[in-house]
This record gives sequence, structure tokens and C-alpha cells, in this order.
Amino acid sequence: MTKADIVETVHEKLGLTKKDISKVVDEVFDAIRGNILEKTNVKISGFGNFEVKKRGRRIGRNPKTGVETVIEPRTVVVFRPSQIFKDEVND
Amino acid sequence: MTKSELIEIISAENTNLTKKQVEFIVNGVFSSIKDALRNDDKVEIRGFGSFKIREKNSKMGRNPKTGDKVDVPSKKVPYFKPGKEIKELLIKMN
Repeated sequence: MTKADIVETVHEKLGLTKKDISKVVDEVFDAIRGNILEKTNVKISGFGNFEVKKRGRRIGRNPKTGVETVIEPRTVVVFRPSQIFKDEVND
Repeated sequence: MTKSELIEIISAENTNLTKKQVEFIVNGVFSSIKDALRNDDKVEIRGFGSFKIREKNSKMGRNPKTGDKVDVPSKKVPYFKPGKEIKELLIKMN
């Protein structure tokens, strides 16, 4: 499923134009992305949280060659699905 | 940012739509993603990332309080993989 399919699904349920829906759908992902890049967590009730976390420096290994390399500290985004979402996919 | 704040922001930028309509679309985005994953489909959003299901095998767990062994059944877990762009931008900002 892509963004176009999301627009189509919403369009079928609600009579709005695809153009209007498409703009809002784009803005949803842009806003979440913007918050993540500002290191702000995003909480979507019933769906889950996008959490920005710091990872410390560690020694990693290239799984192909087995060569050890240093992985520098970095910031990552982790999605924690809500309990509702987790339950729904196991129904 | 919470979902209601997200709706406020988007509503302010789309004055041609009522807040109820914006709310409906925003909720539609998240319920579409959930529906897709429930049907074992995956969702790919360019420039953002992808959502998919990860299967976790059954395992022997332990009750952390009592130390008793418990059987944890296999299950499906929603997983988000951030797009390359977001990942790289976050690393650069460090």
C-alpha cells in the first residue's frame, strides 16, 4: 500500500476531492517527519508513538566480512505501536 | 506532538476544510495503515518510511517477579522502518 492507496481509501469513505485529501495526507507525514527531525516525540493515540532516541557508541561487526568497526553515537527514531494496534494485528 | 495537535496544525493550513473533515482524513491515514498491516500487507510512504509486520517466534519466557517459566506464544508485531533520508538526517544532526 502506498500514499495513493490511502488517499483512495479516504476518498471512498468521504466525498472530498482527492486533491484536498492528498494535501492533508502529505501534511500528516511531513508534520511527523518535521517533529522527528526536531527530536520531538510524536504520540498518535490508538496507533503508536514515534520516539527519538540516542544510541551510544558501540562496536559493530560487518555481518558479511566479520570485520569489527566502531559505530559512532547516533540519534534514531523508534516506533512503539500502541497496545490497541498490537492487539489488532494478532486478532 | 499529539494527534490532536497534528489535527490543529493541519486544520489551520486547510481553511477550505472543516476541522471535522481534517480529523476524518487524519484518522483515515492511521486506520488505513492499521488495516493494511492487519491484512499482512505493507505500507510504503516515500520520504518517510515503511510499516510492516514482523513475526516473533514463540519462546520460553520467565515471570520476572517469580522466576517461573512461561510459554510466550508466537505473535505479530507492527514494525516501522524509517526512510533512508530521515535516518541519514538524524545521524548528521548528531
